[in-house]
Amino acid sequence: MTIHQHEVVIIGAGMAGLRAALEVAKHADCAVLTKIFPSRSHSGAAQGGMGAALGNLDNDNWEFHMFDTVKGSDYLGDQDAAEILAKEAPEVVYELEHLGCPFSRTPDGKIAQRMFGGHTLNFGEKPALRACYSADYTGHVVLHLLYEQCVKHAVRFYSEFQMVSLIVKNNVCRGIIAWDIRNGGLHVFRAKAVMFATGGYGRAYKITTNAHANTGDGLDLVLKAGLPLEDMEFVQFHPTGIYRNGILMTEGARGEGAYLLNKYGERFMKHYAPTLMELAPRDMTARAIQTEINEGRGCQTPEQKEKDIPGDFVNLDLTHLGEARLREVLPQIFDLARNFAGVDVAKEPTPIQPTAHYSMGGIPCTTDGRVISDAKNTVVRGLYAAGECCCVSVHGANRLGCNSTQDATLYGRRTGRAIVRDLSGLIYEDLPPESQKDTHAEMDWYFNTHGGENATDIRHALQDSMMKNCGIYRNEKDLKEQLGIVKELQERYQKIALKDRSLQFNTEVMEAIELGHLLNFSEVVVIGAIERKESRGAHARTDFPKRDDANWLKHTMAYKAGDKIRLDFKPVTITRFQPKERKY
Amino acid sequence: MKTTFKVYRFDPEAGGQPRFQDFVVDVQKGDTILDALYEIKAHQDGSLVYRRSCRSGICGSCAMKINGLNKLACETQVEGLKKNVIYVEPLPGFKPIRDLAVDLEPFYTALHRILPYLINPEPPPTDKERIQAPEEFKKIEIATSCILCASCTSSCPSFWADKTYVGPAALVKAFRYTYDTRDEGLDNRLGVMDNKHGLWRCHTIMNCNDACPKHIFPTEGISFLKRRVVENRY
Repeated sequence: MTIHQHEVVIIGAGMAGLRAALEVAKHADCAVLTKIFPSRSHSGAAQGGMGAALGNLDNDNWEFHMFDTVKGSDYLGDQDAAEILAKEAPEVVYELEHLGCPFSRTPDGKIAQRMFGGHTLNFGEKPALRACYSADYTGHVVLHLLYEQCVKHAVRFYSEFQMVSLIVKNNVCRGIIAWDIRNGGLHVFRAKAVMFATGGYGRAYKITTNAHANTGDGLDLVLKAGLPLEDMEFVQFHPTGIYRNGILMTEGARGEGAYLLNKYGERFMKHYAPTLMELAPRDMTARAIQTEINEGRGCQTPEQKEKDIPGDFVNLDLTHLGEARLREVLPQIFDLARNFAGVDVAKEPTPIQPTAHYSMGGIPCTTDGRVISDAKNTVVRGLYAAGECCCVSVHGANRLGCNSTQDATLYGRRTGRAIVRDLSGLIYEDLPPESQKDTHAEMDWYFNTHGGENATDIRHALQDSMMKNCGIYRNEKDLKEQLGIVKELQERYQKIALKDRSLQFNTEVMEAIELGHLLNFSEVVVIGAIERKESRGAHARTDFPKRDDANWLKHTMAYKAGDKIRLDFKPVTITRFQPKERKY
Repeated sequence: MKTTFKVYRFDPEAGGQPRFQDFVVDVQKGDTILDALYEIKAHQDGSLVYRRSCRSGICGSCAMKINGLNKLACETQVEGLKKNVIYVEPLPGFKPIRDLAVDLEPFYTALHRILPYLINPEPPPTDKERIQAPEEFKKIEIATSCILCASCTSSCPSFWADKTYVGPAALVKAFRYTYDTRDEGLDNRLGVMDNKHGLWRCHTIMNCNDACPKHIFPTEGISFLKRRVVENRY
């Protein structure tokens, strides 16, 4: 086994990982591992913007941003974390601009800002112009900028390396083990500090905006190392995914004035969020769309009409905005609608449906990205996390649009700085010898499977059933059924058959490892959803339709204990804003 | 509709020469080349190797040669090709690693050589952005949408003949920064650009313009840079 040594090893090269690497590389030897290439991380698929109260076009300020984030989280977000986000966001955006980030501009040359769901002025009065954007390529330009800066600062990249093991013993992180996809073979990475920036897990669902790579690898490896996952029951469905394939149509479209229409051509959001309409937060908007569909007001395809089958999508209408404006501010949307829905957005509406998008839960950590191992905030020495894989918790039960690009960059930066501060007190810890042996045995298993199960069929069974039983609306019966399905799929997984025995570029084995991760953390998502007997943010229980602050204003912390998942709880940090009913 | 995919196969570990293997897939309306490859890998041959990630045209992983032209597999509709036999090959000009995956190290090395980041010794203003007019942003906007898929460089005959040529993708990046009103790095990039393996290796063949999935015209950016470099001499 090849052994590498770097002071800091970051896994994941999206916004959080790269922003942290940029901070670390100025002071220490920093390596970044990614199972793809850095510029191909899924942060690049973010379209609409990055939230920061610059006030370039209105009288925005950070307190409004903080309030909206807390209210958007359905009061489950930790308010110290939301305050940091809102306060530091402008500085983070200016810094990106200074590094050369290409932003769209106002007529007087400042960074352009647009409206986004749930972002308001004066504590809910009217929509705020808060999302800083680069047409509808915001995530893409920030990701590439950060990659380029890391190149400038000589960050050592290990591209196409897939992490397969996290080594934590006695609450101290000692390193990780990764598989070299291109050449085959295990590599041990010893580090004083390891940071997870491994992203989300939309691939547990059939309809998702997420890339094939978003399989929650980091989450499962943390769980396996005996550490907890926080608030995993909260899965965000983005309201506007392209019908049938779930590809993202940015919320920026509604920020620019797009309508959501049911089969009667009615702007149905007036029944759900009369003040903000289409700019309501994502949880409410996704539920509104699902309700329209469930109650027979969904739009129909010609075939559905012919056969008198109820429609299962609604329309996103941009036609009234005019082709010139659309081409200027939403050019990517043109291509996506044409290539994936066969629609010209300037002339006709796009069929859309809610699509699994973002994981509010994840690896619990402090506001400096230090991973914690219990509800008492005990820090795991040498282990850090930022971005979608972690749960600070800024977003609580529901994240607002354009807050994740900000969260990943801002908390990536904070985590990078915390690592630099901590480094003098950290050492290269000894690796337990069994860790290498165990990982070897695990990899051998994948190269010697003899069962009869097809891995893709298992993955599809998981994705279909999670969509059906653990989606936008949930209830105890469906969730319990889903737990049984996940358990059964985990057993079938033990009997998968893989054909490819080559060491070089064996993507069949890599995908099988990812499937294992999907099956493991999905169990935690389902158990969290069963236990949380209330409706809050993205977690909507039809059998418990009300929010229950008396019993459930708390975070769940899930641990793996043998074959079982054990839940613990952690209090929510409340500072400025007391929980109130959420209306928009 | 039953469609035959003639897929380039090459596994150096198994020995033997590269070959085309036929797979028949029942293609549904709306299916892309990537969907077809996914189906082949899922149910016909798990050892088929290709890169993919976002499946929405923004990550650049799945660039490959499809019926003779470089395209992103994820956004190419099978139906749109209007053929029932489709050839799928790796990007030309790079060393094949296995099946449809090629060695992109030379591509990234070329990109890094042109110093792909803002160069400006002036400190930026504190607590606010630099001012840039909307039309100044417009000048570079399309170039900033490059996804580094390597379709353009891989389609360039000049690159095929001269592997030390930095190629259109790196030059698009050079354009994006050199024409950014905030950048002062022209002199720093001159060594790599004003060179027979730099700008002057571009003979305006313009394959890159057709290959780019993001509607960038690399040749145009390269022409701007050529002009700027010549102006700079006098």
